[in-house]
Amino acid sequence: MAKNINKVIGQDAVIKKGWLLAHKWLLLRRFSQLSIIGLFLLGPVSGIWLIKGNMSSSLILDTLSLTDPFVFLQTLFTGYLPEMTVISGAVIVALFYLIVGGRVYCSWVCPINIVTDAADWLRRLLKVKTSLNFSRMGRYGLLVISLVLASVSGMLVWELVNPVTMIQREIVFAMGYSWLFIIGIFILDAFVSRRAWCGHLCPMGAFYSLLGRVSIIKVNAINRDSCNDCMDCFAVCPEPQVIKPALKGNVSSSPVINSGNCTNCARCIDVCAENVFTIKHRFIN
Amino acid sequence: MSSATNKTLQSRRRFLENISRAAGGAALFGIGLGLYSQQSKSLPSTAIRPPGVDNEGDFLSACVRCGLCVRDCPYDTLKLSRLGENIALGTPYFDARKIPCEMCEDIPCVKACPTGALDPELTNIDDARMGLAVLIDQEACIAFQGLRCEVCYNVCPVRDKAISINRSHNIRTGKHALFIPVVHSSDCTGCGKCEHACILEEAAIKVLPTKLAKGELGHHYRLSWEEKDKAGKSLVTPDIEHKYNLPEGTRYDYEGEGLIQPESTPFNESAIDRQNKGSL
Repeated sequence: MAKNINKVIGQDAVIKKGWLLAHKWLLLRRFSQLSIIGLFLLGPVSGIWLIKGNMSSSLILDTLSLTDPFVFLQTLFTGYLPEMTVISGAVIVALFYLIVGGRVYCSWVCPINIVTDAADWLRRLLKVKTSLNFSRMGRYGLLVISLVLASVSGMLVWELVNPVTMIQREIVFAMGYSWLFIIGIFILDAFVSRRAWCGHLCPMGAFYSLLGRVSIIKVNAINRDSCNDCMDCFAVCPEPQVIKPALKGNVSSSPVINSGNCTNCARCIDVCAENVFTIKHRFIN
Repeated sequence: MSSATNKTLQSRRRFLENISRAAGGAALFGIGLGLYSQQSKSLPSTAIRPPGVDNEGDFLSACVRCGLCVRDCPYDTLKLSRLGENIALGTPYFDARKIPCEMCEDIPCVKACPTGALDPELTNIDDARMGLAVLIDQEACIAFQGLRCEVCYNVCPVRDKAISINRSHNIRTGKHALFIPVVHSSDCTGCGKCEHACILEEAAIKVLPTKLAKGELGHHYRLSWEEKDKAGKSLVTPDIEHKYNLPEGTRYDYEGEGLIQPESTPFNESAIDRQNKGSL
């Protein structure tokens, strides 16, 4: 990577495929994230209630109820069995992510992703070198802690501090001091440690990565033979450790990016000039 | 040692290091968070929960902070607590002094709740117990000064049941009545309309969490008059009719109005009053 340090990441892809194709998935993701937040805001702003509530639990067109499975799981751990509405809503959402990829929530839905992507962009632009190394396992620790605390205290303890649901809620309802968390996460990611929040700490992402272990749609390094080792995919990937086994594995290994931590953000597809990656279901090898 | 085994050992070592670092960090964080959560269980007394919350602890285990109750509240009474407010983050509440609960008959907030955190078995809003109104400052309440107000009584949606007016003697003037509002916990829903309407700068009547406002008699207590009613007769000694030795003209109405003075006595009025009337 060292010899490419002054190169703009994804430049080759832009030259070869054109700017639009080299940003296709990024633009689609931004569109998805912004339109979801937009749909939630449409009601309070214009009075057209297509969707009510927030990403913890919502009601679409006054009929379909959806619930975040991680929030639902915390509720179960408090020892409370909620009404059927919430149970079916959580099952529907979980099934959806089991098909499209667990951490699709992180990269296509969660608005925090825009903040952490921006922080990473700034980090690359300013060539910030500082990196406090902490383990990517931390998020699983927090996941366990959040569930243990829920069952010990009988309340949704993580939801008292969860920046993800907090920011989503305060954008849609009324803004409190949660913007401090937005700034905090931005600074953490940009100047303290690369991809610190989404890639190391967030237990919500950890939960969705568990769904991602068995989810169906996966990024596939199908043309890995044409890889020219430009390392751009590693540079943009929020979870670079997931690429290596698929891209650089031996001939008999599967080219499917199997790790649950892959967010299916497909930025690797965008920046690859050699069209190594594609999106497939996990059963193609 | 072969380099392959060495490599496995190294990666195992790194894995164990990672795991223990993560576990250590998470455990430390968890302890802090656990302590914080205990503190956040205490609800400030000005924050009133929506109808259908019996117990704060049960509510906090069930509420997913979706805000659907807030959206369906037609009077914008309910709000979600935000970061910086001293209420469990993201949970619904209202401030009765600002916007009280209008006690909708169809209880849309309870219907909107997907989890059952607001008890779906609450179908009659009169059965709601969001809190209990307490006339907390008798020094400031103008009814206690002998002024006619009764605003809290008149705005009460369960008037005469949840708030009644008790008349009593005005000792200061010696001849007027005090019209004292009295809250009855048997019927007060805690909607907060009285607190909202109180004419003072700072309300003298306030809705408090029931737990804070309500006393409880020791369970071993037996009230003789209730036991007497239940048994149909006095349980100790048979009732004797009271006899009184009273001044001429005065009567005592036993189990009724009490002491009754004759209609007029020579010294019924003060000397000044008589002078003012010109009767001297």
